[in-house]
Amino acid sequence: MSFDIIVCGGLAPDPLQSLEPAPGPALKNEMMLPAVFDPWAAHALYEAAHLAAQHPGNRLRVACLAPKAKLQQVMMIMAQKLPFELIPLDGASNGFSDAMPTAEALASAIQALPDLDRDRLLVFGGWESATRGAGVVMQIVGERLGITEQFLAVDELRIDNGALVIKERVEGGRHMVSRCAAPPAVLAWATGNLPEPPNHPQTGMANMRTMMPALQKAPPTATASGIAFREVALPKVQRETRIVKDLPAADIARELAAWVKE
Amino acid sequence: MENILVLVHTNEGGILPRAALETVAAARALGGEITIAVFGEGASASIGSIAVDGDAFAVPRYSTDAAAAEALVRHSGATLVLAPNTSRMARCLPGVAARLNGAVDSHAVAVARDGEAVTVTRWFYRQRIEGSLSREARPWFILLEPGACEPAEAAPAAAVETLAVDAPSRTTHEGYVSPETGEQTIRPDARLLFVAGAGWTKKQPDGAIHTDEAADLILGFVRSAQSSLGSSKSLVDQSGEGQAVLPFLTHLHQVGQTGSTPRHRKGLATCCHGEEPHVVGWRFINDRRAVNLDPNCGWARGKADVLYVGDSFEVMRELNRLLAE
Repeated sequence: MSFDIIVCGGLAPDPLQSLEPAPGPALKNEMMLPAVFDPWAAHALYEAAHLAAQHPGNRLRVACLAPKAKLQQVMMIMAQKLPFELIPLDGASNGFSDAMPTAEALASAIQALPDLDRDRLLVFGGWESATRGAGVVMQIVGERLGITEQFLAVDELRIDNGALVIKERVEGGRHMVSRCAAPPAVLAWATGNLPEPPNHPQTGMANMRTMMPALQKAPPTATASGIAFREVALPKVQRETRIVKDLPAADIARELAAWVKE
Repeated sequence: MENILVLVHTNEGGILPRAALETVAAARALGGEITIAVFGEGASASIGSIAVDGDAFAVPRYSTDAAAAEALVRHSGATLVLAPNTSRMARCLPGVAARLNGAVDSHAVAVARDGEAVTVTRWFYRQRIEGSLSREARPWFILLEPGACEPAEAAPAAAVETLAVDAPSRTTHEGYVSPETGEQTIRPDARLLFVAGAGWTKKQPDGAIHTDEAADLILGFVRSAQSSLGSSKSLVDQSGEGQAVLPFLTHLHQVGQTGSTPRHRKGLATCCHGEEPHVVGWRFINDRRAVNLDPNCGWARGKADVLYVGDSFEVMRELNRLLAE
């Protein structure tokens, strides 16, 4: 069994950067902030690459909507980690953009692929983004592609006689196990179980041979927002931290024990 | 005037999740008439005046849940649909919003009326920026975070209209599994979140690493305090980098920018730094304390209520003894 895997992902500001809202709304100095491939989408990509490597004939593509210049910077890094083809869409996208048109744009790009094999299609992505954090894009992409077998917060995918056996995170720290008879399916990943692959310069060079032309041809994509923002602000709460130094461990433990039992 | 539908589901045994009753309370606070719709096991005996019931809808599954929700929303003619942000609703409702050419906003922490307009408050950038918004598009689906308000009282409906829905599916539900360690990760009802940081697996003053003792101390505390157990990303990632690890920690325990943002009354961080990507996981922890060796760490910068500068091994050893008494 081979699969046609398409991973949807966006960019997010480097998690270590301080974020400050600006009118728009947008982020202050947004274009200057270093970006990374969205962490949840990255987990989906690592799982997709792992699956692609297991079965001959698998194909792995990444559909990404982001400003072209930033996308190029981030893909220079991601391309070194694993082999994939890029389907770039050049458009504004940040945490305040509307999930619905973003999903519509991704679905249209996937639908327009001339060699899309729907009977082998697996659409992967993060269960939410680290920017908008809505957790709705993948379901809308699936709907637009007519896929009714969808899974959210996936941590594990196993192929069993052509069926997809999937573990999804649910409440109470549990996993729900489902069996989907066959593709097509949408899997929105949580963290999965795979670490970030190490950089591999040869893979990067091979990837960039196809990615650079694709990036140059990235179609401009407008995403009209239906959101009217009333207010966007940083949380105002600043705590008065009591720093307890030079207290013996036994005394700290006594204070903590009383606090735990409160 | 909005036509408000509260759309909820039942869990195994026909029980309503607490978040469903919280959503009812949020809808009532908006004013006006509301309709309650329920799908899932035993839905026709629940609080809704319209329901989708039957074996096919007893288990969470996108295809059947989306079909049930779509039928209920179409039948009600709702312009505003409020639903709890449970895993089951989060999976299916965005797709239903797309089918009905509506709009959807998830993770709402407040819903309010501002004149004729309805506004939703939610977080952006992993709980780092807060915003309120409204929309013109209808139907507008709003998924309300569990814990956002107090649950309402709701009695079974006097008369229930059960809709017949056909929903073919290629997916079968095979059950639930818990993490192999047998340890809970996030216990929704726990009062305390305990977070272990990477310092537990670093060299201690004697020059050695004590992961076995660290594991005993952490699990001992979690069991005696009946707390949720979380960890920092750096500690979980170590397993992929070949470093000493605490074997019971998985990505499910991860709290922060790339992990969960649990809701508990109190939180205790040990051996971890309170840098912003980590602290976003603590956004909904009211009372925060931390133990580590660095008085200048991120927790001291207005993020914790109390920072104890001390050796977590010594403190936790003594704390476990006190809790066991």
